[in-house]
Amino acid sequence: MALQSLDIAQRSATTTPAPSVRQTSEVAKLIDVSACIGCKACQAACMEWNDIRDEIGSNVGAYDNPADLSARSWTVMRYAEVEENGRLEWLIRKDGCMHCADPGCLKACPAPGAIVQYANGIVDFHEENCIGCGYCITGCPFNVPRISKQDGKAYKCTLCSDRVAVGQAPACVKSCPTGALQFGAKEQMKDYAEHRVADLKSRGFEKAGLYDPPGVGGTHVMYVLHHADRPELYRGLPSDPSISAMVHLWKGVAKPLATVALAAVALGSLFHYVTRGPNEVSKELEDELEKEEGQ
Amino acid sequence: MTNHWVDIKNADLVLVMGGNAAEAHPCGFKWVVEAKKQRKARLVVVDPRFTRSASVADYYAPLRSGSDIAFLGGVINYLLANDKLHHDYVKAYTNASFLIDEGYSFDDGIFSGYDAAKRSYAKDTWKYQLDKEGYAKTDPTLQDPHCVFQLMKRHYGRYTPELVGKVTGTPKEQFLKVCALIAETAAPNKTMTICYALGWTQHSVGTQNIRTMAMIQLLLGNMGMAGGGINALRGHSNVQGITDMCAYSDALPGYMSAPTDADADYKAYLEKRTPKPLRPNQMNFPQNFPKWFVSLMKAWYGPAANEKNNFAYDWLPKKDGAYDVLAMFERMHQGKMNGFVCQGFNPLAAVPNKKKVGDALAKLKYLVIVDPLTTETSEFWKDHGEFNTADASKIQTEVFRLPCNLFAEETGSYTNSGRVIQWHWQAAEGPGESVSDTEVVARIFQKLKAMYQKDGGKLPEPILNLTWPYRIPSKPAPEELLMEISGKALGDVFDPKDKTKVIAKAGEQLAGFAQLRDDGSTACGNWIYGGCYSQAGNLTARRDNADPSGLGQTLNWGFAWPANRRIIYNRASCDPAGKPWDASRSVIKWLGDKWGGNDVPDMRPDAAPDEGVGPFIMTPEGVARLFAPALAEGPFPEHYEPFETPLDKNPFHPGNAKALNNPAARVYKGDMEVFGKAKDYPYVGTTYRLTEHYHFWSKHVAINAVLQPEQFVEIGEELAKEKGIAGGDRVKVSSMRGHIKAVAVVTKRIKALDVDGKKVHTIGIPIHWGFKGLAKPGFIANTLTPFVGDANSQTPEFKAFLVNIEKA
Repeated sequence: MALQSLDIAQRSATTTPAPSVRQTSEVAKLIDVSACIGCKACQAACMEWNDIRDEIGSNVGAYDNPADLSARSWTVMRYAEVEENGRLEWLIRKDGCMHCADPGCLKACPAPGAIVQYANGIVDFHEENCIGCGYCITGCPFNVPRISKQDGKAYKCTLCSDRVAVGQAPACVKSCPTGALQFGAKEQMKDYAEHRVADLKSRGFEKAGLYDPPGVGGTHVMYVLHHADRPELYRGLPSDPSISAMVHLWKGVAKPLATVALAAVALGSLFHYVTRGPNEVSKELEDELEKEEGQ
Repeated sequence: MTNHWVDIKNADLVLVMGGNAAEAHPCGFKWVVEAKKQRKARLVVVDPRFTRSASVADYYAPLRSGSDIAFLGGVINYLLANDKLHHDYVKAYTNASFLIDEGYSFDDGIFSGYDAAKRSYAKDTWKYQLDKEGYAKTDPTLQDPHCVFQLMKRHYGRYTPELVGKVTGTPKEQFLKVCALIAETAAPNKTMTICYALGWTQHSVGTQNIRTMAMIQLLLGNMGMAGGGINALRGHSNVQGITDMCAYSDALPGYMSAPTDADADYKAYLEKRTPKPLRPNQMNFPQNFPKWFVSLMKAWYGPAANEKNNFAYDWLPKKDGAYDVLAMFERMHQGKMNGFVCQGFNPLAAVPNKKKVGDALAKLKYLVIVDPLTTETSEFWKDHGEFNTADASKIQTEVFRLPCNLFAEETGSYTNSGRVIQWHWQAAEGPGESVSDTEVVARIFQKLKAMYQKDGGKLPEPILNLTWPYRIPSKPAPEELLMEISGKALGDVFDPKDKTKVIAKAGEQLAGFAQLRDDGSTACGNWIYGGCYSQAGNLTARRDNADPSGLGQTLNWGFAWPANRRIIYNRASCDPAGKPWDASRSVIKWLGDKWGGNDVPDMRPDAAPDEGVGPFIMTPEGVARLFAPALAEGPFPEHYEPFETPLDKNPFHPGNAKALNNPAARVYKGDMEVFGKAKDYPYVGTTYRLTEHYHFWSKHVAINAVLQPEQFVEIGEELAKEKGIAGGDRVKVSSMRGHIKAVAVVTKRIKALDVDGKKVHTIGIPIHWGFKGLAKPGFIANTLTPFVGDANSQTPEFKAFLVNIEKA
């Protein structure tokens, strides 16, 4: 990865303290839903930059294509037709990793170094360390990571950490024709969002606002919403996302056991022990996981 | 565009109607967003569907496809009835005060001079009253009952909000809200820009749709202003360029009208196209027609075109009938064509009534396809199951495929919608045996010439004498071609004011079309591009984005035709005294001794305001035409129903069957018979494009195929419920001419409209699918569409026709 080890602020299943010599400011991508026309240039740019191509799918009766996030589609547009006060609105939200300040995926991840958070706020998957357990999916309040059918590893948006590391904006931002996607220091993005919110209010969207949910410590991907009071209108954007209680338990009570388990992983006897072993808490976690997979 | 892309940011109101800019022009649409963000502009969208543009609009109103003139005529009536006009502008810069022939009339949908048998008009009453000197008479008080203003008031007085609603289906309060927003821009310091595209052109009244809007912009004083204008957003990335070069049958490069059988000789041809001024002191710029024409002939024939042979006039083909795309396929269908060269064109997919097109192609002896991709047309003869049922054993057409380069594989120029010609450089070598289109044409030409040289033949001169001065004859360089298009001095060119002064020496590139001569001393391949490659070099390759005015007038970026002017009619951005109507958006102004400012003035540089030279220099009267006799179906736009209409009468003329559809539109025998009726095909079908795809090309590209993999149609929830169709179901959509099958997208964004007491549903049909490419194979949408076009341009009526739908 292009970001260096001295930029790593957190690492999954690792107790070694993070380096702190270099001071980095936090970055953020701002998605101004009110200026988004749903053209999917961001999806195309994501495929091109990351050199991944999803399957040529089907039309499922909507503009959404691919119909969902996948190991090869790290961002998708979600289209919602909403009627508010007799007025039709077509709300189009770019979905993908939110890069939480307090990342549930990283917390849940039992594989050392499979998930890292950089000091600039980007949460990145290092697939070479991924054991494919899917706990990151359970840990994610936004239902973002996806396991590849090809190699069994988890994938999601990297916020183009490789581009950001060399001073470039993420590919999606670079490609956005209307300026609905902006990228910069998080504080700067919040200032910009304030202007956009004021403009929306002047156009009759009284509840316009910034989506930067505190339940996950804020995010490094933020939305400007016309209806910030009801994020669920935007195809189920959670109104108050937080990390699952299961993950907290896992990281709290079961942590010592997890460490044992991870030693086993390192030896190659794998997560069978973690999931089938004598740990009641992780059994519950497993159940929840199966439930999710079944959906 | 009269204005340009960046200028959209200067608008106070952006109207998107007859197009879907966010969908089809997402990159240009950034300037709409910019106007909203920086200027607090409002965006209004009027469309049969709640589109991607509508998703970011401040206000949306629906209308029935094919009823735009009713809507816009209603806006004119609103502006006149509520006195929301830019009065000084209308008086000074339009023909509102001009008196019209007393014989002119309009009676129940038909203008004076109609010949029902010929489906055309004699226009002898659609003209100005002239005085002894041959100038048009005017009434500056606008009171004379024969003045344009009064005639217009009478004509559009019928377009009441009630009747408009009855025809368009637009709820009255929504219509009035749009009127009120538009009317605000009558203030001299407010402008509206209108972004339209094929949603206006692809109707049997397409040209008049646009003219109605032009009238509105004139009444509001928005023409020539920064943030104003009439802005056609062109589709294909160089379709503006192809229009400018006039690769059409009825025009020569630079929109010069081509000779026809009716032009007896060279002199008569020129006289007919060189108008006399209709008001005193006007520039009457088309009076220069002979200079443009002679220079074109010199560019084509060099020394072989000279005064002795009328500059080779006799070698030009004289049109003996229509040769537009519909006319061509009609001829082919009648078996009157042997061969067809099809370059950068996929007619099986792009021309209406696929069955007729396929049958027509099967009657050819040979078909040559020049294309970078495998087009459906090149396999019209091959069976592709239900997508293309064909029996190759019964088709004798020999098909040749000549692979050519894609845009990124060659150097050349693009002309964008804003008339800015921009040079581009080759990025990659083409694969395999592909060569540039230029090389394909050059090599065919050389072969033909050799054959004529060897074997003779009928009238070989036009081929044998064509000048071909390129360094490598089989590969004319793009730079050589641009230099030829731009123009050069063949002999010394003298200053008309001082005959001893040479302004361009023989062999030099010319500075612009003002230096063209009709004596054979200049050559120019396209007068409107004059000066784009001057002695200073290739100006289209400039990339200086300095914008000192902040208006986006980047005069050193590329080269805009004409004369590097970014906003045409910009003299009209000033009052008659030469002062800008809006000083904060000053385009040009009178500087005391000359015109100048932030653009190239669209005016003789030293024409003092008190000379009264009108800003619309391309008309012999110097003003813009609210009453315009040039179009086929009338001097004022009138609402006519599409050829396939859900109504049985035109609500404006319920008693006159002749006025149901465009009375001047051409309909071929056999096509009228396959127009559907509402009792069999009750729904309005309309075709369109999607952001994810580019015509029939991008289905060959993996990324685009991933983003929109499979053919679909869009229907409203109410109709879906009625028909028991759920989103994701497969449906069959049929018209009189055939059927397609696709996935149904059920949406709130298409609503049933109440039209003349009848509920009218619309079915949206994206066009991008076919049987070649990476995306899932699909049906050609133009299987459904009717073979009829606009009465002036013959652009097919793709936007409004009748269909039925059922679960497949």
